[in-house]
Amino acid sequence: MTPGANRTLIQDLPRLALLGLGAVIVLAPYVWMFFASLKPGSEVFSNSLSLLPERFYALENYGKALREVPMLRFLFNGVVVCALILFFQTLFAVPAAYALAKLRWRGREVLFGLVMLGLLIPYHVPALPLYVGFARLGLLDSFTALVAPFSISVFGIFLFRQAFRSLPDELIHAARIDGMGEMSIVWRVVMPNAWPAATAFATFSIVAHWNDLFWPLIVVQSHGMATPALGVLFFRAEEAGNDVGALMAAAVMVTAPMVILFLLAQRRFIQGIATAGLKG
Amino acid sequence: MQREAGREILIEGIEKTFGATRVLKGVSIALREGEFLSLVGPSGCGKTTLLRIIAGLETADAGRITIGGRDVTRLRAADRDIAMVFQNYALYPHLTVEQNLAVPLVMRRLSALERLPLLRHLVPGQAGRRGAIATRVREAAEMLRLGHLMQRRPAQLSGGQRQRVALGRALVREPSAFLMDEPLSNLDAELRAGTRREIVELHRRAGVTTIYVTHDQVEAMTMSDRVAVMMEGELLQLGTPRQVYDDPCDLSVAGFLGSPRINTLPALATPSGVAVGPLLLPMLAEAPAGTTLTLGLRPEALSLTRDGLAATVEHLEFLGAEVLLHARLAAPDAPLVAKLPVAIAGGLRRGDAIRLGAEWPEALLFGADGKRLRTVPADRRVHA
Repeated sequence: MTPGANRTLIQDLPRLALLGLGAVIVLAPYVWMFFASLKPGSEVFSNSLSLLPERFYALENYGKALREVPMLRFLFNGVVVCALILFFQTLFAVPAAYALAKLRWRGREVLFGLVMLGLLIPYHVPALPLYVGFARLGLLDSFTALVAPFSISVFGIFLFRQAFRSLPDELIHAARIDGMGEMSIVWRVVMPNAWPAATAFATFSIVAHWNDLFWPLIVVQSHGMATPALGVLFFRAEEAGNDVGALMAAAVMVTAPMVILFLLAQRRFIQGIATAGLKG
Repeated sequence: MQREAGREILIEGIEKTFGATRVLKGVSIALREGEFLSLVGPSGCGKTTLLRIIAGLETADAGRITIGGRDVTRLRAADRDIAMVFQNYALYPHLTVEQNLAVPLVMRRLSALERLPLLRHLVPGQAGRRGAIATRVREAAEMLRLGHLMQRRPAQLSGGQRQRVALGRALVREPSAFLMDEPLSNLDAELRAGTRREIVELHRRAGVTTIYVTHDQVEAMTMSDRVAVMMEGELLQLGTPRQVYDDPCDLSVAGFLGSPRINTLPALATPSGVAVGPLLLPMLAEAPAGTTLTLGLRPEALSLTRDGLAATVEHLEFLGAEVLLHARLAAPDAPLVAKLPVAIAGGLRRGDAIRLGAEWPEALLFGADGKRLRTVPADRRVHA
């Protein structure tokens, strides 16, 4: 290592220490949850503050979580719901964002203003009318009820619009001259050059809907339709009671896919930014 | 490359207004088959807008575009059978050079189904069409010496290489017209001269009608069959490079073409000739006596004479074979630049008193409105 790099490392030390402290505070509950899932319930509430279990109880905890409620079914539901939501959000948001960013038409600014307005409305506000609507249609407790309200994301439209605006117009003109229609341009030229935005949006969307408790709690009644977050709630209410070890095991299983996904996406983020050298 | 010659292009009365600005005020140009025409003018003169209207990327408020006898005014860009090269190349950043070159062919020769990643294998004959596309792409790549770069992405190429890929993407389809929008302005000077020759050579081989937009008069003069000079949304002059340089119809055309700029001196029409300072030039202008005129003198038309206009040397620029002499005239009080052989002007010093003259009948005369005035030598007029 060069001397210069060493010096900056020393200069960076206070900053790194502060960030490290922050990381420890943020990570501590997760770490505690993970180790608690390895202990028997009695040990979790013992006086001694020790991370490592005295008695290794993981098999029993994880076994109970998988046995007593259909935990794998919850995870499967979560994957299906998140994938469908992301699919439809992208399907609708990307062409809309392209039209707002790159096409000239009357009323564009007004419509974009409405999109911005949509950002200000929390999704809890229309929850009740939506619930009544789904109840009337007899669609409660279905994937449709879980997915449909989120299929259009104003946040997605906004995010993609900002990303598409930075693409040079000439790229789109070249595509038109090469014989592409507007839809081909959206999916063949614009979208492949907006990977960082797409990755960022996918991360937000998946995390939000994987962890969402509010909406599934409203429309889902049966175990068969429960998403992971709701599944943990069911498990606590019905089966686990005070068995904190098993509850933590369920929580670990539910959060692990998000942690893995985030680590993968992080790598994609950096790749995306590194290869985004669009300017000619 | 074997192909039929390019198509003629008719541009008739094109008008375009952006907000309150009239960008194009009724421009008409007729291009012959296979012609190389430059649209040249200062920035903001409307040349790029005109090109984009020809391409179909912009719609005209009025006027008509015909390519090869087919009215394309209402057609979208994709249906006009043209290819365009952009200033910043506009290559697809996520595709390799090979894929970039193939895009125009893939989009035109394959159906939507045949373009799909897996389903395309269900369509009979698509493999053959793909093979033909690959062959055509290889031909174009060879022509532009891109063979070794086929698997690179645009970000991994130099400016000159990107430029060649952009040219390749334009000519791979054998369109009936090439449109080029300042394709060389992002290249350094040396590369620019080389690519200039390359484009001319490609045009000669392919024979495709080409419209080339540039603000660089050197590009326009060296590459074109004809030059169209535009100013403020109007076509001022259309002619061969020699015509527009030697015989400009307007003071702004004369001022735009030629470096260093043409010298202009105030002059006065009289019954016996044109008065410039103390001199009475033996030429008669088509203007009533007493009219204020502008005399245009190219720097290379000037020479050191005994009976010319008195001037003082202010500054000398040594160019190698020639010297640029910056002088100030005594009467009329005006700066003047002359391009003189070193043998003649090499010995001059700042402050030297000289006299500058020219073959006066070849000087250009312009009216108060900037329009060119025809002149006749004074003596011939008298005898006629």
